[in-house]
Amino acid sequence: MSLLQVQDLRTYFSTDAGLARAVDGVSFEVNEGETLGIVGESGCGKTVAALSIMGLIPSPPGQVMPESSIRFRGNELVGLPEASMRKTRGNRIAMVFQEPMSSLNPVFTVGNQIQEALVLHRSLARRDARKIGVELLNEVGIPEPDQRFDEYPHQLSGGMRQRVMIAMALSCEPDLLIADEPTTALDVTIQAQILELLAELSARRGMAVLLITHDLGVIAEVCDRVLVMYAGQIVETGTVEEIFVRPSHPYAEGLLRSIPGTSAGGDRLHPIQGSVPSSVDWPSGCRFGDRCPHAWDRCTAESPRLTAPPGGSPGRLSRCLLTEEPRRRVRSAAFGAT
Amino acid sequence: MQWSIRVFDMSDLRIVGVSILFPGVRQVFRGRVAEGSLVLGVWLGFGWIVLARWDRVSRAALGPWDHKLALLTLGLGVLSVWMWSLLSERAAEERSQGARGVWALAWSAFRKSRVAVSAAITVTIVYLVALLTPFLAPFDPAAQGSLLTERLLGPSMLHPLGTDQFARDVLSRLLYGARISLTIGFVAVSISITIGTLLGAISGFAGGKVDAVLMRFVDMVISFPRLVLLIAIIAFFEPSIFLIVAVLGLTQWPQPTRLVRGEVLSLREREFIQAGHALGFSRSRLILRHLIPNALAPLIVAATLGIGDTIVLEAGLSFLGLGVQPPTPSWGTMVADGRDNLVGAWWISTFPGLAIVLVVLCFNLAGDGLRDALDPRLRS
Repeated sequence: MSLLQVQDLRTYFSTDAGLARAVDGVSFEVNEGETLGIVGESGCGKTVAALSIMGLIPSPPGQVMPESSIRFRGNELVGLPEASMRKTRGNRIAMVFQEPMSSLNPVFTVGNQIQEALVLHRSLARRDARKIGVELLNEVGIPEPDQRFDEYPHQLSGGMRQRVMIAMALSCEPDLLIADEPTTALDVTIQAQILELLAELSARRGMAVLLITHDLGVIAEVCDRVLVMYAGQIVETGTVEEIFVRPSHPYAEGLLRSIPGTSAGGDRLHPIQGSVPSSVDWPSGCRFGDRCPHAWDRCTAESPRLTAPPGGSPGRLSRCLLTEEPRRRVRSAAFGAT
Repeated sequence: MQWSIRVFDMSDLRIVGVSILFPGVRQVFRGRVAEGSLVLGVWLGFGWIVLARWDRVSRAALGPWDHKLALLTLGLGVLSVWMWSLLSERAAEERSQGARGVWALAWSAFRKSRVAVSAAITVTIVYLVALLTPFLAPFDPAAQGSLLTERLLGPSMLHPLGTDQFARDVLSRLLYGARISLTIGFVAVSISITIGTLLGAISGFAGGKVDAVLMRFVDMVISFPRLVLLIAIIAFFEPSIFLIVAVLGLTQWPQPTRLVRGEVLSLREREFIQAGHALGFSRSRLILRHLIPNALAPLIVAATLGIGDTIVLEAGLSFLGLGVQPPTPSWGTMVADGRDNLVGAWWISTFPGLAIVLVVLCFNLAGDGLRDALDPRLRS
């Protein structure tokens, strides 16, 4: 049985402009020990999906709609009272955030904060908590952990702080670690180190990782499977090889073509034109329709459903009418040329 | 033993001897003249109390509670002076080079401002004097001398600040009045800051309806003229020190509430609060351990400035006869007592008035210095 099962997750926010359907019917599973990547542009609902799993959607204005289902080891999390949700949070599921600069409380030492998590979740004595905390810092690759333990966040570099955040997330031995753009705020060499660390920890502890990013390079480096999200929906799923070698959805294709150095046959980058539409007012029909070089009249008329493209691995799905009518694919269509 | 040698200079018996007999002298000779002479001055003050007031000091342990408190203050004071003078400079240096938190950084910024440091030292000394009043005061503040021969005497050796119209020693009354005024200021502000911090943090953190209701209530309390409210409340009850402390404390919480709410509103959006949620911390833990410590800096400034305000307000109430009731001296009542004889006996009103000005000024200067030190935007 899979570790986490998300069924038809809908997270809506009521705003002045109307109902924002930030996550609009997302279903996926995370298996034990696997690393699943969620990729997509800003505003696609990746972070909202992650926060929904954590039960951290501010309410009001947000709400995880009651028809959604999030099962962790078979236990339903949607509609769980705050007190029992808190037991799951940080204990079984932990989360690492994007901005390591501000994710640590500036007035306490990092050790103090790790200790706090350990004392709270594992009910350890403070002295034992210190020992384990130092071990954790060592495990996430912080040199001289015994001294770093007593330092303040502002004395550490961004990469160090992100390591501390990971150590805090690990302090309770979670089965699932949700990492929301853990490397976005770091420079490239540090990014690689943090990703390596995540992969290593996942392998050593058998911990599943849900990695959220807008960077396909990050996905290629550490993930087993990938979900591509666009406009609150999943538009394509598959193994990393499938998404990179034979992307099926034009959006996934566009994302790949916009990576520097991988765009075949030229020096120019091919960005996807336009930007993600507003979640208050998703376009009718295919939500990617107006940015898609292949779009034809059927694309505005009907909303495509997730279907299995031919020759895919089990679980490979694509939300595009091209899987039904492959001849409609415009061979030479370059993004930006339209 | 290892520890005591590392932190304290115990390497030489002569050092220990000089440090205990004349604390501060060693520091003066090593170039820390201001600090050293200050400590030496405090030490000589303690020495004078023990020698000149031995009859009171020796019986203080069995005396009334304020004598016990004064004895405790004296003991702790002597101990801290010794600790300070024995503290080895090397240990102090090592510590200052180690981990430097926000508070350590603020302290190093604060000590750069001479004005603020002098103000803080003055306030500390005034509080020390207030605590030691039972030993320091030459006379009983309520004891009347002969109304025929000792009334309205000018400053002299026996009565350094003169006597009032009831032949009471003004210096003794000034010292005892300091106790009342400073205690009222301190306790009332503690009450208001505690209430304000909790309400403000809850209001800012919860948001929504809770916030709206609390803030409208705050608006209501603020829109009411405070002095009128105070006079109205005091008029209903028998005036007493407890009533005044309670009333002053319970009418001042709206300002800190607003301050803390504003801080919390911006802090709760910071990622470490979200990370705290993600780690499964409870709401009360997030408020008490993560939000309030981060909102502490402006609160300390507000509290320091608030004590000054409260002392002035208490003096005003006492001047109007609504505060501390005679014969208990407070600076406000003393100013009021002397106003009929201002021309003939200026000393009765002038000295308590000066004391109010000095203390409030020092609180405000120290508060400004704290603000500069704690607010990184003002730090150059």
